[in-house]
Amino acid sequence: MAEVTLIEAGRLAALQEMRRDPTVWVLGEDVARGGLWGQYKGFLEEFGADRALSTPISESTIMGAGLGAALVGTRPIIEMRIFDFVMCAMDELTNQIAKIRYMFGGQARPALVVRMPHGMWRNSAAQHSQMLEAWFAHLPGVIVVTPSTAEDTAGLLVQAIRSDDPVLFFDPKDLFGVRGDVAEQIEPIPFGVARRVAEGDVATVVSWSAGMPVATEGAKMLAAEGIKVDLLDLRTIWPWDQDAVIASVKKTGRLLVVHEAVEVSGFGAEIIARVFDEVGTNILKAAKRLAAPRIPIPFSPPLEAEVRATPEKVVNAVKGLIAL
Amino acid sequence: MNDPASNIRRLIDHYRTMARIRAFEETALAAHKAGEIPGPLHVSIGQEAVATGVCFNLRGADRLTSNHRGHGHAIAKGADPARMMAELFGRATGYCGGKGGSMHIADFSVGMLGANGVVAGGIAIACGAAQGLKLQKSDAIVTCMFGDGAVNRGPFLEGLNWAALYRLPVLFVCEDNGVAAFTRADSVTAGPGPLARAQACGVPAEAVDGNDVIAVDAIIGSAVANIRRGDGPRFVHAKTYRLMGHTSTDAAAWRDADEVSAAHKRDPLIRLAALLLERGIGSDALAGIAAEAQAEMAGARADARVAPWPEPAAAYNDVQDVGAVAWPK
Repeated sequence: MAEVTLIEAGRLAALQEMRRDPTVWVLGEDVARGGLWGQYKGFLEEFGADRALSTPISESTIMGAGLGAALVGTRPIIEMRIFDFVMCAMDELTNQIAKIRYMFGGQARPALVVRMPHGMWRNSAAQHSQMLEAWFAHLPGVIVVTPSTAEDTAGLLVQAIRSDDPVLFFDPKDLFGVRGDVAEQIEPIPFGVARRVAEGDVATVVSWSAGMPVATEGAKMLAAEGIKVDLLDLRTIWPWDQDAVIASVKKTGRLLVVHEAVEVSGFGAEIIARVFDEVGTNILKAAKRLAAPRIPIPFSPPLEAEVRATPEKVVNAVKGLIAL
Repeated sequence: MNDPASNIRRLIDHYRTMARIRAFEETALAAHKAGEIPGPLHVSIGQEAVATGVCFNLRGADRLTSNHRGHGHAIAKGADPARMMAELFGRATGYCGGKGGSMHIADFSVGMLGANGVVAGGIAIACGAAQGLKLQKSDAIVTCMFGDGAVNRGPFLEGLNWAALYRLPVLFVCEDNGVAAFTRADSVTAGPGPLARAQACGVPAEAVDGNDVIAVDAIIGSAVANIRRGDGPRFVHAKTYRLMGHTSTDAAAWRDADEVSAAHKRDPLIRLAALLLERGIGSDALAGIAAEAQAEMAGARADARVAPWPEPAAAYNDVQDVGAVAWPK
């Protein structure tokens, strides 16, 4: 067991899997130099240039070539550098990868992982800060992974590399420095299993990715006032742990979803709608979303801060729910 | 490499493959007009020499990516026309169990990695397949078929640069039928065209008369030999002509009648038949090959008509192992 940063946890997971399985390899820009974030540091030296492939800035082909290589039996990790660049590879991701198995009647199994560091990070402005994970939850054929801790990043990345389904792995940029204990032998964490972070019966708070530290801090502030919430980290938004959320709501009757992404048509809407479908108004007495206004991410520090959810907003949202 | 023109058996093989593709396309068109085939249908009538001359030079383990006008490519690569026809009909016995239709026919067992509904969609996939094969120390190569419209999409530049950069075993074939959907390709393509673009990426490129199967066979034969030797990708620009419209419901009536009738005189089947007659093959023998092809495809159509529809529950299969959903019960 070693205490490492979240980004290092991902590096260790990929390293373990590439050592275990010679068909696993990684392609993307600057991979030979360790990747933009150091998440592939040492891979060139250990695995050679063919398995730690540095590519041109050709997102369509990084994505499409990863698919082609999967179709002939390898298991690529497709590194997108920064999530926002996946827009340049949307045909390959949405029209090809997500549906090739289905369109071909099961002949193709695109066992691949697309890693996409996402979210706000040090005033990177509108094209380097987006959280559009809800788009991909809407897309049949893919798994959407959204970890918030080093431990979960490690275990979920191992699971993603071993998955026969295509996995979209959203590395949380703002949390790359958070630390956690990663085992020497990293065990896979199954998709669709939420992790309970705090226990309470006043309200259920659900979040993932960069929303989690905010929700966690908010829950602590509430606890200090004697208000105990059930806090769940979904860890993956597709599939998501409906059973855990519904069980919690049956206990609390109130549901708050916190996400860094824009509120409108965000995944919080799906969660609340689904829970309502399942339990109805007798059980779900009130529900709210705490999520970003529908504006691009601005550059200037006070403007970026304006877009972010804060623990204080979590506190207010939960108190608002209780009052309803 | 033998001179393809000197080998009469090879020419007859070509004729048979081209006749089978032609018969498949004509049968599919008729079935579509009769309401038996739903959805859009893009046929390759007039372009058979390209698919035939290319795939003749490929081995079973070699892979192929194709485009929306890909029936001929699949047949020439060894796919079963009966399962293709069943797929066009949307039946459970089709290659994709009725999930794909004309634009998504694939047969991984013969290396056919799929048609594609997106122009240039197969280029990156072909590059990656070649990369994956190389990682696994395979000696198979990948052929990537696309049309004249694809050279104006970004993945064309990316893919050619990529294949040249990593010296990948990819044969790029630009099957230039002169029309990108409803627009003449040369009216929307600036500069000297596909050949120069490939050369600019460092991919050795040659042009060929795509209606002359012997010429296609010869040029592909030498390109494939280079690729197998480890020389990296090659590019062939095969000029042909789309005798029919963009889809089965498009008459392409905007084209000059003289242009179309001149093109019919360059029909690759007519040209090869004339050569075979010159070489002493009887017209009866050629008619026999054509009749056999027509009968094979008529049989495929008849089988498809009575083949079972997919069960509605099959709509939920092969989405994903984890996280697939159906209608709530």
